[in-house]
Amino acid sequence: MQQFDLEAEGLRKLNQTLHALGNDTNQKTWEVINPRGSHAIAVGLDVPIEVTVRGSTGYYCGGMNKQATIIVDGSAGPGVAENMMSGKVIIEGDASQYAGATGRGGLLVIKGNAASRCGISMKGINIVVHGNIGHMSAFMAQKGNLVVLGDAGEALGDSLYEAQIFVRGSVKSLGADCIEKEMRPEHIEVLKTLLEDAGADAKPEEFRRYGSARNLYHFDIDHADSY
Amino acid sequence: MDDASKKAIPPTAPIKSATFTDPVNAEIRRAAATGIYDIRGGGAKRKVPHFDDLLFLGASISRYPLEGYREKCATNVTLGTRFASKPIEIDIPITIAGMSFGALSGPAKEALGRGATMAGTSTTTGDGGMTEEERGHSKILVYQYLPSRYGMNPNDLRRADAIEVVVGQGAKPGGGGMLLGQKISDRVAGMRDLPAGIDQRSACRHPDWTGPDDLEIKILELREITNWEKPIYVKIGGARPYFDTTLAVKAGADVVVIDGMQGGTAATQDVFIEHVGQPTLACIRPAVKALQDLDMHREVQLIVSGGIRTGADVAKALALGADAVSIGTAALIALGDNDPRWEEEYQRLGTTAGAYDDWHEGRDPAGITTQDPDLMSRLDPVAGGRRLRNYLKVMTLEAQTIARACGKSHVHNLEPEDLCALTIEASAMAGVPLAGTNWIPGQGSF
Repeated sequence: MQQFDLEAEGLRKLNQTLHALGNDTNQKTWEVINPRGSHAIAVGLDVPIEVTVRGSTGYYCGGMNKQATIIVDGSAGPGVAENMMSGKVIIEGDASQYAGATGRGGLLVIKGNAASRCGISMKGINIVVHGNIGHMSAFMAQKGNLVVLGDAGEALGDSLYEAQIFVRGSVKSLGADCIEKEMRPEHIEVLKTLLEDAGADAKPEEFRRYGSARNLYHFDIDHADSY
Repeated sequence: MDDASKKAIPPTAPIKSATFTDPVNAEIRRAAATGIYDIRGGGAKRKVPHFDDLLFLGASISRYPLEGYREKCATNVTLGTRFASKPIEIDIPITIAGMSFGALSGPAKEALGRGATMAGTSTTTGDGGMTEEERGHSKILVYQYLPSRYGMNPNDLRRADAIEVVVGQGAKPGGGGMLLGQKISDRVAGMRDLPAGIDQRSACRHPDWTGPDDLEIKILELREITNWEKPIYVKIGGARPYFDTTLAVKAGADVVVIDGMQGGTAATQDVFIEHVGQPTLACIRPAVKALQDLDMHREVQLIVSGGIRTGADVAKALALGADAVSIGTAALIALGDNDPRWEEEYQRLGTTAGAYDDWHEGRDPAGITTQDPDLMSRLDPVAGGRRLRNYLKVMTLEAQTIARACGKSHVHNLEPEDLCALTIEASAMAGVPLAGTNWIPGQGSF
């Protein structure tokens, strides 16, 4: 395992070092110590390595990740795994606002709670939150799946496109054009896989599914009250 | 009074209301019939104080002119000297503004790339992401990082020569976009991660930051991902130019792009285009003042856009303190947008050449703002590129001619003292004296 002391060597060197690794690197596992809430840790990776950050991070940890597995052994600040393309980001603690925003692929696992706007504008990413999520989560979400084992805050899925939301607990309120939908066998299958991949101890049958009513897909004056 | 006398009385002249004009009434009737506000492309059509309200003074005795076509007047610009390890060098002080694939056809993006490259300048992507047509034909390409994040890809960030974080747009400060379903072909849908045929809203705000401090950290992330090589532009709509420029600089921008209300858009509400934001002329001096107050003028470069049409406009923007200008609508016209050769088809669409702005309907006869394969094929990207190159060169020659007349060996040496204003409004907005006086109204406040 390669160890990198962020406090001693600095952010620029960390990201430069990780960006310089090739797909065939034999330096497959990395440990970053002393993160101390630094921003932009391990952003823009495009290599199949595993990076464990020992401690809590600031903004945008794992941003735009491709291929890598990034584990935060602590809590994550705003925008963790934003615009992730592929790979996996695991947060052992809680995540702040807009976790997984605009993500296009890969899996984001948050073992604790996520704050507001989790999965905002998501575009294909899968997000599994073991705890609760805050308000305005999955706003304008286009593709992918947001799975919440706990409760969801207000205005869940406001202006949703084609993303799917699964919530095991309560939903404080649904946003514009977001409705509860029937849980069919294909959804159970998707959920089962996601829960397994996220190491979540829950049964798919315990969840309710939410998606778009598709009333806002085309501009229509009859829906003016929803805009 | 007998009938003959009555006939002798002239009738009261019919007077149409200056408030309820024919276009206003037509819009009321259209709204009543459809229940939809007017969505259109382009920029503001109302008359506002503009560069035409300024004049250059030229040189006589107190200033010494340079000889046209003999004495050199340089036009090169370096953008991104503050932090980026690879600043952009362009040959002319005119860049091509961001216009999205989706709003524009692939051949149109290719033509923009060809023309800009021949003229020695940059093009800019847009909401739809980076196309091969544009990357392949643009020597210098600025990648827009937009609130919608449609087509956002870290590989494209790295393939770009600069990154423009779009916070606002002159046509609609505070507003998002609306690409209607009829223009969402399979290719456009694929790039935007949405099903074909449905309306695509571009958010008015970035989903993962909420203010200037977040923007600063977002810029740090973008720099880390791209190894601090690429200039980071921040584009703002011309609404509060002093304060927004200040905050963009504080957030770490290498370049500030300010887009006045005449700036175009692919499609948004007419009420936005005509009623939100400030004229381009009114935005420049406050933005320059902000840079000067921060001791960042020329260290952070300023690009001005919104209704730039001629070399005179370019020279005036530079004289007021800009480092470069950016054109969108003018570039489309150079390619053939609203060309009278398609007049019959414009008439069939219920409009006329020069007024066509329903770009969102995807039926552009010129083949520029459409995804219809038959219409798209009308634009030859090679010929279009040549036309754009010619136009850019002419604008540059015009700006050089004016600069030489003012005694400048570089267009950046133009200054407010080279200008006077024809109207009190323009004088106040541009901060140059009213012609024939030394009076500048409104000094010291925005």
